[in-house]
Amino acid sequence: MKKLTFKINRYNPDDERRGHFMQEYEVEVPSGHTVLDCLNDIKWNQDGTLTFRRSCRSGICGSCAMTVNGVNMLACETQALALGTDTITVEPLRGCEVLKDLVVSLEPLVNGLYAVKPYLIADAPPPTDQERFQSVEERDKLDGLYECILCGACTSSCPSFWADKEYIGPHGLLKAYRFIADSRDTGEQEHMEALDDKHGLWRCHSIFNCVEACPKDLNPTRAIVELKKKLVKGKVG
Amino acid sequence: MVNNNPESIHDVKGVPIHSVHQHDVVIVGAGLAGLRAAVEVAGDHDTAVITKVFPTRSHSGAAQGGIAASLANEEEDHWEWHMFDTVKGSDYLGDQDSIEILVREAPVVVREFEHYGVPYSRTSEGRIAQRKFGGHTKDFGRGGPVLRACYAADRTGHVLLHTLYEQCIKHKVRFYSEYYALSLIIEDDICRGLVAWDMINGGVHVIRAKAVLFGTGGYGRVFKITSNAFANTGDGLSLTMRAGIPLEDLEFVQFHPTGLYKQGILVTEGARGEGGYLLNGKGERFMEKYAPEKMELAPRDLVSRSIQTEINEGRGINGEDYVHIDIRHLGRENILKKLPQIHELALKFLHVDCIEEPIPIQPTAHYSMGGIPVDKYGRVLADGKEKLVKGFYAAGECACVSVHGANRLGTNSLLEASLFGRRAGMAMDEFLHDTEDFAPIPPEAAQAALKEVDTMLSADGDEKLVDIRTEMQEKMMQKCGIFRDAGSLREVLDDIHSLQDRFSRIKVSDRSKTFNFDLIEAIELGHMLEFAEIIVAAALNREESRGAHSRTDFPERDDKNWLKHTLAWKKDGKIEFDYKPVTITRFQPKERKY
Repeated sequence: MKKLTFKINRYNPDDERRGHFMQEYEVEVPSGHTVLDCLNDIKWNQDGTLTFRRSCRSGICGSCAMTVNGVNMLACETQALALGTDTITVEPLRGCEVLKDLVVSLEPLVNGLYAVKPYLIADAPPPTDQERFQSVEERDKLDGLYECILCGACTSSCPSFWADKEYIGPHGLLKAYRFIADSRDTGEQEHMEALDDKHGLWRCHSIFNCVEACPKDLNPTRAIVELKKKLVKGKVG
Repeated sequence: MVNNNPESIHDVKGVPIHSVHQHDVVIVGAGLAGLRAAVEVAGDHDTAVITKVFPTRSHSGAAQGGIAASLANEEEDHWEWHMFDTVKGSDYLGDQDSIEILVREAPVVVREFEHYGVPYSRTSEGRIAQRKFGGHTKDFGRGGPVLRACYAADRTGHVLLHTLYEQCIKHKVRFYSEYYALSLIIEDDICRGLVAWDMINGGVHVIRAKAVLFGTGGYGRVFKITSNAFANTGDGLSLTMRAGIPLEDLEFVQFHPTGLYKQGILVTEGARGEGGYLLNGKGERFMEKYAPEKMELAPRDLVSRSIQTEINEGRGINGEDYVHIDIRHLGRENILKKLPQIHELALKFLHVDCIEEPIPIQPTAHYSMGGIPVDKYGRVLADGKEKLVKGFYAAGECACVSVHGANRLGTNSLLEASLFGRRAGMAMDEFLHDTEDFAPIPPEAAQAALKEVDTMLSADGDEKLVDIRTEMQEKMMQKCGIFRDAGSLREVLDDIHSLQDRFSRIKVSDRSKTFNFDLIEAIELGHMLEFAEIIVAAALNREESRGAHSRTDFPERDDKNWLKHTLAWKKDGKIEFDYKPVTITRFQPKERKY
């Protein structure tokens, strides 16, 4: 058990006069408590108005991405004591419109996703009464792409997104590549349509923040590089 | 008195009605059942999904191990075997006509998911890969475990959920994300829509519809240790009950054998399917005593009781309330390839590297076998038996069709949610083709919902929400858990009554309209206290042990008196019971041994 100070960025749109401000809470943190456990403790026992999203509390639903000590992460799978600081600073994801306290608008995230036609496109109708075949090697190419939980940690860490809210974002581009890399998908052109655009691929300047931010250890930059190669090849070829 | 002009629905002081919407179909819940129904019906009809969490945050995504279908991709299998296992697993309480549909249509649904783009793991021939799971056997239980669970590593729920969301985008389903259902609009056994709260901006919305489907999921949050998400508060059950419809078989609650110690987070049964085993404090593989043939791959009710018995008799690890699951012998490569999420979860939450050490686990409240009574087309039954509520459907964990009876087999829930979601979608499609007009909305339609929000937003009592909720969760775990008896159940029934009383004096400290989770948590707690009472009362009423319902004072199954489904209502403050027979077609009840 250790006493930690949580410094939390607060904002309530119903109280515009107050605007954004930092508020501090002291929390007794037992070993094993996650940042989310601590936020719940504050909400339930100290301040019922503190607001943040959460659901699965096991790192799979993607609700609780936030900026903790300056780094994007899922609050639910981050041990508070392991952060190693006596004061833990918690802020909403950067570059996003804050709706209340740690809750941000998901609109840019959704728009970026919709832009890439994020679904399997296959010319040939599927066989009846059986699955399409896919070799183990072909399926292995999807590892590192399909696990995205749409938490938004990557895109909100990206300086290109901070500058351009219409940027498709690493999460959207990763999703595009997840389908393009799929041996069953024949819709490359359609997934790529929105990518050759100032809000598309070319916004990425390989800053690699997204790679660092991803709580699932995925690598959107690598996917983006592959997409850029495809786009250039298509133009040259 | 009904009204064809929804604009004239009355406001309540303080909480005006924000707006009135209209869709052919409104689906509540964006998990597998809701989204699969949406995909089915969206092509031809204006379809909306309202969900209290962003769609891919739904708890179907946390399912890990697989979805059952007798594809026979890896070895011989037949739907008849799958049917026998499901019937036996249900302790003969499952309705066999529904179970037959489940197992016969399973291959269609699983392959359809592949056609939608699900990245299943593959066999060396490029087919959908399959693994072993508890209770799934060869040759009507006579053979060993069978490879039947279709999977994508240990992220099967995640890939199915995300793929359905993608299909919904393709089919232009309208999402009301972060809207919270407050009440159904049902009059004269016709469902006319629902009332919802816009969580982002605040405000009560009336959504008019020809058909409403509930895919609102389970209620693990009633218990202290649970695998379920914060969102799994079973709201759909009490909303249904408040509309005068009974709930079926609520006494049957599944405790999953392997939850991460103290956290309750799921450790997939696939870990045992891949060869993992359970060890007690003496290092014994104790399942030998309880299920000599099927061992760790016995069904969940039996494995959970075995673990709890070991713990209760002092043979937990160091005498404490947990045992170990050991998967070290599978080897690093296998673990990282087939069970990567388990590796990650144990590491992040318990600092245990399961390649090097066994994982501490304990049983965790996981799944509700009971729910809203529906027929084979997902149509809600007003009396629990035959009478339909026109235009009201339910599917998935919130519904009781009943394919799981007294105990669900692993991998049958992803199957049930998607398969009966699909069937309900088809039924709605047919219904909509025959239904031209929207039913009128009564002027008082939103009154109850408005009043609830108004009351909660001004609740200024002396009781803390967290205290009531924690006490409910602890008492339910202790007294209505894996083992129950009349004494413990009577106690917890009294506890719930006193908690309900205290709930009427709670304080909601957040008064704002925008993103007020304090308000939502309060409304959710109200729901949980309502149907927890039914869970307990039904458990007290059923004087036998069957499947997950284990009464120490009535240890035997009693087919003579209890081979029947429970229906429970709350009428004028009193709980009333009725019953309906179990449908038995192919398999007569027998003693259940593994």
